[in-house]
Amino acid sequence: MVNPWLLLLVPLLPALGAAINGFRAFWWPKTPKNRAITNAIAIGSTALSALLAAYSVLSYVRGGTEHAFQHVYYSWIPAGIGQVTGGFISNFGIDFAFRLDPLSCTMLLIVTWVGCLIHIYATGYMSHDTGYTRFFTYLNLFMFMMLLLVLGANYMVMFVGWEGVGLCSYLLIGFYYDKNFAAEAGKKAFIANRVGDFGFILGIFLIFNTFGTSDYGRVFAQITAHGHAYAGVATAICLLLFVGACGKSAQIPLYVWLPDAMAGPTPVSALIHAATMVTAGVYMVVRSNALFRLSPTAMAVVAIIGAVTAIFAASIGLVQNDIKKVLAYSTVSQLGFMFLAAGVGAFTAAIFHVMTHAFFKACLFLGAGSVIHGCGGEQDMRKMGGLREYMPKTHATMLLATIAISGIPPLAGFFSKDEILGNAFGYSIPLWLIAVVAATFTAFYMFRLYYMTFRGKYRGAHVEGIEESEPKHAGHDLIGSHTHLDQGDQHSDKGHGHHDDVHLPHESPASMTGVLWILAILSVIGGLVGFPTGLFGGAKETIFQRWLEPILVPIGDHHFHFHEASKSTEVVLILVSIGVAVFGIALARRWYFSDPSWSTPKRLGTNFSFIHQVLENKYYVDEIYNATAIGGTVKLARALSWFDANILDGLVNLVRHITVIVLGHGSSMFDKYVVDGAVNGVGAGAREGSSALRRMQSGFVQNYALVMGGGIVLLAAVYMFTKA
Amino acid sequence: MGIYGNPNIPILSIVTYIPLIGALFIAFFYNRENANAIKRTALAVAVIDFLVSVPLWIAFDAKKAGVENFQFREQWSWIPSLGVQYHFAIDGIALLLILLTTLTGCIAIYSSFDAINHRQKEYYVLLLLLQTGMIGTFCALDFFLFYVFWEVMLVPMYFIIGIWGGARKLYAAIKFFLYTLAGSVLMLLSILALYFFNDGGIPFLNIKGLGNTPTFDVLQYHNIGHLIPPSLQFWIFLGFFFGFAIKVPMFPFHTWLPDAHVEAPTAGSVILAAVLLKMGTYGFIRFALPILPDGTKQLLPVIVALAIIGIIYGALVSLVQKDMKKLVAYSSVSHLGFVMLGMFALNPMGIQGSVLQMINHGISTGALFLLVGIIYERRHTRLISEYGGLAKQMPMYATLFLIAALSSMGLPALNGFIGEFTILLGAANRNIWWAVFAAVGIVLGAAYLLWLYQRVFWGPLDNPKNQNLLDVNRRELITLLPLVACMIWIGIAPGIFFETIDEPVKYLVQKVDPGYYNKPVLAVAPVEAAAGTAAVVAEGAR
Repeated sequence: MVNPWLLLLVPLLPALGAAINGFRAFWWPKTPKNRAITNAIAIGSTALSALLAAYSVLSYVRGGTEHAFQHVYYSWIPAGIGQVTGGFISNFGIDFAFRLDPLSCTMLLIVTWVGCLIHIYATGYMSHDTGYTRFFTYLNLFMFMMLLLVLGANYMVMFVGWEGVGLCSYLLIGFYYDKNFAAEAGKKAFIANRVGDFGFILGIFLIFNTFGTSDYGRVFAQITAHGHAYAGVATAICLLLFVGACGKSAQIPLYVWLPDAMAGPTPVSALIHAATMVTAGVYMVVRSNALFRLSPTAMAVVAIIGAVTAIFAASIGLVQNDIKKVLAYSTVSQLGFMFLAAGVGAFTAAIFHVMTHAFFKACLFLGAGSVIHGCGGEQDMRKMGGLREYMPKTHATMLLATIAISGIPPLAGFFSKDEILGNAFGYSIPLWLIAVVAATFTAFYMFRLYYMTFRGKYRGAHVEGIEESEPKHAGHDLIGSHTHLDQGDQHSDKGHGHHDDVHLPHESPASMTGVLWILAILSVIGGLVGFPTGLFGGAKETIFQRWLEPILVPIGDHHFHFHEASKSTEVVLILVSIGVAVFGIALARRWYFSDPSWSTPKRLGTNFSFIHQVLENKYYVDEIYNATAIGGTVKLARALSWFDANILDGLVNLVRHITVIVLGHGSSMFDKYVVDGAVNGVGAGAREGSSALRRMQSGFVQNYALVMGGGIVLLAAVYMFTKA
Repeated sequence: MGIYGNPNIPILSIVTYIPLIGALFIAFFYNRENANAIKRTALAVAVIDFLVSVPLWIAFDAKKAGVENFQFREQWSWIPSLGVQYHFAIDGIALLLILLTTLTGCIAIYSSFDAINHRQKEYYVLLLLLQTGMIGTFCALDFFLFYVFWEVMLVPMYFIIGIWGGARKLYAAIKFFLYTLAGSVLMLLSILALYFFNDGGIPFLNIKGLGNTPTFDVLQYHNIGHLIPPSLQFWIFLGFFFGFAIKVPMFPFHTWLPDAHVEAPTAGSVILAAVLLKMGTYGFIRFALPILPDGTKQLLPVIVALAIIGIIYGALVSLVQKDMKKLVAYSSVSHLGFVMLGMFALNPMGIQGSVLQMINHGISTGALFLLVGIIYERRHTRLISEYGGLAKQMPMYATLFLIAALSSMGLPALNGFIGEFTILLGAANRNIWWAVFAAVGIVLGAAYLLWLYQRVFWGPLDNPKNQNLLDVNRRELITLLPLVACMIWIGIAPGIFFETIDEPVKYLVQKVDPGYYNKPVLAVAPVEAAAGTAAVVAEGAR
C-alpha cells in the first residue's frame, strides 16, 4: 500500500528546499561554504524526493497496477453547487488530491530522477555564478510544481503545477535578467503559455459543466459508464485542452517561445525545456485519452499539428549554427512526434517517446552545456570543431545520444520512434510520410551538429573567414566561465564569454561528465522496455504497453486495442525507419565531415538562397506574430487608451461643464455653492501653495454641506410630498 | 469569547467607533507639532481596532443559515417617526470585508509615516474617521444608517486626495466627489422608492404600497422584495445600479478612478482600492440583488456585457500606460469587472468567487499600490521609462513586487487565482461564452504586469539615478508581509474563506433564483461500476 504522506513529501521536499534556499539567497553572503550548504539543500531535497518517489512507485506496483491509487489531502476550493448538462446539479468542490497510476508513476520517475541528475550537473555548471543560490531556489521550485502537475488527481491540481512550471520557466529563462534578450525571452515564454492556458482553463470549465467534477477518476468513470453520450462536447473539450498543450509543449502555432527560451542556463534547457516541462502537454493529452478517443476530430487535429510541427521545426534545425538552437528546434520537432503518436491513438508510444527523449535530449543538452562551458561560452558551431580531442567524455556521451535520437537500433530513440511511425502508417500514409521525412531531417541535423562540433579541426576564436556571430537577440546562454573551473575565482555572469585570451577547450568536471555518462547509458538501454517482442514470436504487446494499459480506460463497452500491423508490414516499416536514419547520417557525414570546407551546403545556400533565408529566419514567424497579433493588440490598446482619456473622460468633463453652465444661470443658490466651490477649488489647484490650501478647504466644506443638506432636503421633501 | 457572544455588549459598534474615538482623542489632546506621538497613537488605534475585530471571525458561527447568519446584532429604535433604526449586524460577507478594512487601515497608517510630512494631525484624524465610515457601512442593516455612513465615508477621502495628493489633486478630488455624489443621489431615490412601496405607495406614480409600518430595515426589504412589480423593480434597480456601478467602478463610469488613484497619496490609494471600491460591489450583494430579483434579471445582460467589456478594456488600457500607478488603477477596472461578472452569474461559484475576489483585489492591488509608493518615495517619479534593472539594486523589493504581480494576474497557489477561477467557473456554468471572453483578461493580465515587471526590474540598470536606491526598509517590509502572507494563505487554503461566506451566498442565491438548489443531483457513475477495468479509483488510506 502506498503511504500517502510519504507521497506528499515527494513534491514537498523540493518546495521546502526552495523556501530555505530562497531565504538564504537574500541574507546569506556568497561564500564557498554557503554554496556547499546550498548544494546540500538543493540536491539533498531532490535526491530524497527521488528516493521516496521510487519507494512509492514500488509499493504501488506491489499492490497491483490495475487500480489507481488516490488520496485526498484536503478540500482545496469548496466552490459550491453547480449545474450540469441535463438539468442536474453537482458539487463543484475541488480537492487537493494525488493519484498514482502507471502514467503518473512513469512521469514521476522521469521527473525526479532526471531532475536529480540535472541538479548535480548544475552544481558544476553554475559554480561561478553569483546567482547560485537563487538558481537552485528556482530549480527546486520547478521540481515542486512539476511534481504537482504529474501527481495531481484532478485537472485543477494539474493546472496549478502547469502554471507553476510556467512561472519557474519564466524565472529561469530570465535568470540573467539584466540582459535584455533574456528578459524578453522570459516574458515571451510566459505569455505564449498563458495563451495556451486560456484554452486549457476553458476546457476545464467545459469538463465541469459536463461531468460536474474535474477529478480524473470520476470523469473517466462517467465516460466508461455513458460512453458516447459525451461525443459532441468531447470535441470542444479536447480541442481546448489541446490549445493548452500547444502552449506548454511548443507546438504550432505557439512554439515560438521555446527556441528563445535557450537564453536560460543550459541545465535549465535540459531539465525544463527538453526533458520534463515541455512534455507536460503530451502527458495531459495522454492523461485525457478517454476524452480524446471520444472525438476522432480532435485526434486528427492533434495528429496533424504534431506531424506538421515535427517537420516544420526539423527543417529549421537543418540550417541553425547555434548549438543550443539546433537542439531547441529538435525538441520542438520531437514533441511533434509525440503528439503525432497521441493523435493516431498510440498513447503509450507517446509516453514511451517522452521517456526516451528525456534521456537522450537531456544528455544532448547537458553535453552541449559541457561544450559551451569548455569553449568559454561559445555557442556557434562554426567556431567549434575537433572537440573530440579536448573533451573525450563529452564527445563519447554525446555521440551515443546523437545515435539514439537519430533512430539507430538498438538505442532508445529507435524503439520509440519506430513505434510512432508504425502507428502513423496505420492511421494515414501522408502523415507517415511527413514523419519519415522529419526523421530523416533529424538524423541529418543531429549528425551535422556532431560533425561540426566534435570532428574536423578546432576552429576556435581566431579562425578567420567566419563572420562574427553576435546574436541578434536571443538564444545565447550566458555562461559565466571566463576561466577554467579549477581556478575557482568568482566571475559572474558578465556577458557571454567572448574573451580575448585564446585558450583551448577543456573537459568539464566530474560532476558534469558523470551525469552525462548516466544519461548516455540510459539513452542506450532505455528503449528496451519497448522492444517489439511480437516480431520475434513473443507477446504481442511490449512491456511498456502492458505497463501503461490500465490508463486506457474503456469507453462504454469498447475496450482499447493496440494497433497491430502484419509482421511483414512491420518489418518493412522498421527497415524504412532505419534506412532514412542511415541516409541522414551519411549525408551529414559527406557534407560536413568528408569535405571540411562544407562546400556542398554552402553552394546550396547560395543557389537556393531564398529557401536558405527563410529557414535561417525560421519562416519569419516571429516577425509575422509581431506585426499582427502583438502589434495589433498594442495598437488597439493605444487606441482605447486615447479613447479613455479623450472621449470617455471628455464626455464626463463636458457633462460637468454643461451642468455648471446651466445651473449657474438657473439657480443662484447652486451657483453660489457648487460652482463657486468647484471653481475655487480648481482655481486653487492652478495656483497651489499654502494660501490656496486654506481657501480650498472652505470650498470643500461648502460642497460637502450642500451634498449632505441636499440629500436630507430631498428625503424630507419627497416624504412630505408623498405623504400628503 | 464571552464578550463576543454577549448580546449586551455592542461589539460591532465598538469596532466601528474605536477609530472615531481615536480620531477625537488625537484632535483634542495632541499638539500638531507632536507628529511622532500622533503617528504612533493613530497606528495604535488602528492596530487595536484590528485586534478587536479579529475575534469576530472566531466567534462568528458560519453554519447559521438564512437571516440567522446576520450576527452580533444591535437593533435600537432611532427616529421612530420615520421608522429609522440603529441596526447593526454582519453576515460572513460583511465580516470578511470588515477584517479587510481593519487590516488595511493599520497598513495604510503605518505606510504613511515617512510619506506624509505636512498637516499630519489632520491626516491621521481623517484616516481614522474614514475607518469608522467604512466599517459602519459594512455593519449597517438600516438604509438610513447605511446612507449616513456611506456619505460620511466620502468626506475624509475627499480631503485626503485634495490636501495630500499629487499635482492635479483638486481636479481629482472634485471629480471623485461629484461622481460619487451623483451616484448617491440616484441610490437615495431608489431607497426612497422602496420605503414608500413598503409604506403607502407612491401616489403620483400610481404605485400601490403594501401599507406596512414605515421602516428602513434592510432585512425587511429582503422579504418583501419579490412583491414589487417587475417594472418598478427595474427602475429601483437602475437607481442602485448607478450608485454602485460608479463606486465599483464599472465601465464606462470608471474615469474618476485613474485620476483619484494617481493623485491620492499612497495610503489613500491603498484604502481606495482595498475597501472603497468594494462598497459598490457590496451594495449590489447586500441590497440590489436580494431585494430586486426581477430587476436583476432584467438588467443582467447589460451588466454582464459591461463587466466583460471592463475586464478586457481595463486590461488593454493598462497595457500601454506610462505611469505605474495609472497602470495599477486601470488593472482595478479589469479586476472589478471579474467581481461583477461572477456576481451576476447568480450561482454559488460565481458569487463566492466574487466575494473572495473583493478580498483578493484588496490584498493584491493594495500591495501593488504600496509597492509603487515605496519606489515613488525614493525617486519621486512613477514613469516606467525612468526605471529598469531594479532587481539588481533592490532584490527584496523586486521579489515582493513579483509576488504581488503574480497574485494580481491570478497565478495558481496565490489568492488571485482562487477568486478568478471560481468566478469564471460560475460564469462558464451559466454561459460558457462569458468565460471565453472574460478569460481573455487573464492573458492580458499576464501581459501588462509582466511587461511592467520587465521594464522596471529587468534589463540593465542603466539610469544613474537608480544606482543607489535602497532596498525596502523594515517598516516597509512590515506593511507588505501581512499582505504577502494573505496571498499565499488564500491561495493554498482558501477553505475557511469559502466556509465563512457559504451560507450568505446560499441565502443570496435563493433570493435571486429560488429554484436553484431544488434540482436533481447528478448521479456520478459509482466507481465500482467500472470494476475490473482501469477506471476504478482505489480509496486512499484515510
